[in-house]
Amino acid sequence: MTTTVRNTAAEMAQALADGTVTSVQLTELHLERIAAVDGAVHAFLHVDHEGALAQAAASDARRAAGETLSPLDGVPIAVKDVLTTEGLPTTCGSKILEGWVPPYDATVVARLRAAGLPILGKTNMDEFAMGSSTEHSAYGPTHNPWDLDRIPGGSGGGSAAAVAAFEAPLAIGTDTGGSIRQPGAVTGTVGVKPTYGGVSRYGLVALANSLDQAGPVTRTVLDSALLHDIIGGHDPRDSTSIDQPWPSFTDAARAGATGDMTGVKIGVITELTGEGWQDGVMARFQESIDLLVKAGAEVVEVSCPSFVHALAAYYLILPAEASSNLAKFDAMRYGLRVVPEGDPSAEDVMRATRDAGFGDEVKRRIILGTYALSSGYYDAYYGQAQKVRTLISRDFEAAFEQVDVLVSPTAPTTAFKLGEKLDDPIAMYLNDLATIPANLAGVPGISVPSGLADEDGLPAGFQILAPALADERLYRVGAALESLLTQEWGAPLLDKAPALALRDGSSLASTGTESETR
Amino acid sequence: MTTDTLLSFEESLEKFDPAMGLEVHVELNTNSKMFCGCPTEFGAEPNTQVCPTCLGLPGAMPVVNRIAVESAMRIGLALNCEIAEWCRFARKNYFYPDMPKNFQTSQYDEPIAFDGYMDVNVPTEDGGIEVVRVEIERAHMEEDTGKSLHVGGATGRIHGAVHSLVDYNRAGIPLIEIVTRPIMGTRENAPAVAKAYVAQLRELIVALGVSDARMDQGSIRADVNLSLAPAGTGALGTRTETKNVNSLRSVERAVRFEMQRHAAILDSGGSILQETRHWHEDTGVTTSGREKSDAEDYRYFPEPDLVPVAPSREWVEELRGTLPENPTVKRARLQGEWGFSDLEMRDTIGAGAFGLVEETIEAGASPQIARKWWLSELARRANDTGTDIAELGVSPADVVAVQALIDAGSLNDKLARQVFEGLYAAEGTPAEIVAKRGLAIVSDDGALSAAVDNAIAANPDVADKIRDGKVAAAGALIGAVMKQMRGQADAGRVRELILEKLT
Repeated sequence: MTTTVRNTAAEMAQALADGTVTSVQLTELHLERIAAVDGAVHAFLHVDHEGALAQAAASDARRAAGETLSPLDGVPIAVKDVLTTEGLPTTCGSKILEGWVPPYDATVVARLRAAGLPILGKTNMDEFAMGSSTEHSAYGPTHNPWDLDRIPGGSGGGSAAAVAAFEAPLAIGTDTGGSIRQPGAVTGTVGVKPTYGGVSRYGLVALANSLDQAGPVTRTVLDSALLHDIIGGHDPRDSTSIDQPWPSFTDAARAGATGDMTGVKIGVITELTGEGWQDGVMARFQESIDLLVKAGAEVVEVSCPSFVHALAAYYLILPAEASSNLAKFDAMRYGLRVVPEGDPSAEDVMRATRDAGFGDEVKRRIILGTYALSSGYYDAYYGQAQKVRTLISRDFEAAFEQVDVLVSPTAPTTAFKLGEKLDDPIAMYLNDLATIPANLAGVPGISVPSGLADEDGLPAGFQILAPALADERLYRVGAALESLLTQEWGAPLLDKAPALALRDGSSLASTGTESETR
Repeated sequence: MTTDTLLSFEESLEKFDPAMGLEVHVELNTNSKMFCGCPTEFGAEPNTQVCPTCLGLPGAMPVVNRIAVESAMRIGLALNCEIAEWCRFARKNYFYPDMPKNFQTSQYDEPIAFDGYMDVNVPTEDGGIEVVRVEIERAHMEEDTGKSLHVGGATGRIHGAVHSLVDYNRAGIPLIEIVTRPIMGTRENAPAVAKAYVAQLRELIVALGVSDARMDQGSIRADVNLSLAPAGTGALGTRTETKNVNSLRSVERAVRFEMQRHAAILDSGGSILQETRHWHEDTGVTTSGREKSDAEDYRYFPEPDLVPVAPSREWVEELRGTLPENPTVKRARLQGEWGFSDLEMRDTIGAGAFGLVEETIEAGASPQIARKWWLSELARRANDTGTDIAELGVSPADVVAVQALIDAGSLNDKLARQVFEGLYAAEGTPAEIVAKRGLAIVSDDGALSAAVDNAIAANPDVADKIRDGKVAAAGALIGAVMKQMRGQADAGRVRELILEKLT
């Protein structure tokens, strides 16, 4: 059997183990695919041909010598441009970091290298991860492979689109309020936000330190589990990293794939369904619930009353932390430097650089956060928001006393049109309604494709949330749902995605992407 | 720079009562920085002791240095503070080019140590020692900033500079900031109390072994807050904060200066501007720094990249067991051991030489010898040059070495003073200075005999008296020989030679 870019990462790993493909061949396939479609999709900000191929060659040499570093050794991956990569540009989607090449690897990146995964490049994102559409990237938007006129979600639209467009079998995303899960939902892919502290944040350029978490972006639940097993675990460089052993998520995903849900108690969150949610999204959500019930799960409705305040609390805590995090971008040590006319002081240079280097959404949140932390307003805004956060955690605790996992649609709508919500930040923020509570409470969540909405034929997502530290439940239930749905559909959802036009001169016809032209 | 009008110290006290608050920053001597593994060695090439964390590179994260927390707790315990059961770091947000993250990771409303005191022994005008209890509000942990060098301006400050250089080696060095409650009611002793507090705090830090405690290198830095209120009202006036007062003597002078400056302004009906002031060691005045009247808003919030510090009570008690002896108790004990009178003790403390005398005795000198050198030659030198006695360039080990040379007959007291001069000028060790300056006593008979002959020939009357049995007259001839030998003669041997030749 020929390996193609449409295979899952687990299948690619098996093909490498069987010797039917080499890592160099796999990496070349993906680099060719990027060359062919990324002009239209714009998932990547930087592609590292040489580096990826060198890592692939090293992987092949190891394998020839009988050594492999991990189950995914030799399977290429894309990394969101918010994680530092030694020797590779890291911009966070911002002009202010244009040209900056970090002198060190984020722990997640170091673990990918240590596990032998060739890094294809860095993926596009909303500037400093602020946004739900990837339209706020200073380097232009990413397009949804299902409909190039639509958004791929955000902030990690680049990683999700790269995986959905078969430019990479695996990617790393980061999720502060839904930036892994919501792009997963709108591109028909899988995205996991691990328990806060489950994956090191060292080298993740912070948006909001108390909310950020890096995680897998893939096409299947098993692939996410394989990747999570590699990037997760304690890191002494991150004080908030959890110092305890984790179970194998791969095992949990394989166990779940049998589809048996007997004895599993599932809670549907009352506050995250109903009015205002797109009909097609709700229809696919209900179908998934029905399948889980048929597979033996017990489903109940659970109320989390404080969730209605989550968005408000989030938009105080996030800007507050971000306003402080982004202060370091001052032209003094790295990145953009704008020197105004005349005889400018250091402060003048800082001001001019920050004015030119940050986009409007970033400035909006810096202003919000600075205000929320100001003396005299702190208690009313930041202090209150922290109290809401505690209430949300209590809602989760109470809910998880009744059920094993909580579920909701991942996002209220399918992908909207590029530009549609650009002038309406509140409408944009509302897209993260269902994903934000997990970040505020630090609990893990996954988004699994639930099908296509009838009204627009675009993917919808099914979100599963588990108690902190119980990430394996996401894989167990997620893999079960995925396998039940795939049986219904008869093929992976992404097979229904329209073919992307290939750039002239590409040699892809011979590399097994026949589905593009069928 | 404007010249401030001052009221005389006496007149300012007639009209006003001073209140002081002292903030002392102690740079810890941990091997690594507060939040990363970078070394902390003083004087390394600029920007060689840095990493992504202390440079504030995007993505880097802090990790708390456990030894720094331990040092902070030991300082807190030695100052009779409570140790927090749970406390956090906070971000103090403001833009400054030598601060890599544009926020300082510090502690705000949850300090590691709080509610303590120190009983300070203050030498008084009338020759006694008064014990003043200084209340400690808090001791908290924070990180140092980088160090800026402003090139091209007249003042060395950023204003007017052509460009600035920043050394981030210092960024992230652990600091403990110790803040007193307002010190009231000290009246004319206020400058002496301030100095004695910082001196005793420094001694305590030395005894704890948690810092190099070098004021000249900035490892202890004092900020002096001062305000005046109309005499007898017990009120608190508007304060000024004088930054970076970096010697004990300057602490005293800065308090005195600000008292006189405030008094002149208030006396003429003016009001004090709440502001930061800079101390000028050379001219002994303060000048206005940045205004603080708007009460800068640092937008403090808990540092989300760090977990709370929650020292177990077992750990606290374990550290309490490592504390050095209480300084007041220790002073009484050592006075007995050394056999010092109350007056000798007061002079020793007053000269700031208590710790130095102690170290000198520990290094092998007798108490009287240690006192002799520190309170005569060395105290005089410190006074004449306006230097802290600890910063003359003479260590307790040097004093012991000089005395050993005297005891071996290689030096006398007069020559020893020249060795100290060599030490002030950093010419080397005492032995090296003796060699370099050719200071060793001559006891070689050939050279001495010739000098004695010359002295006898030049003073025939004196020689006759000695021949007549008036041996006491030999002193005059010895003096003449010493003069010829520029002091470098063994006086005992000279006497013997004179008597051999004339009796």
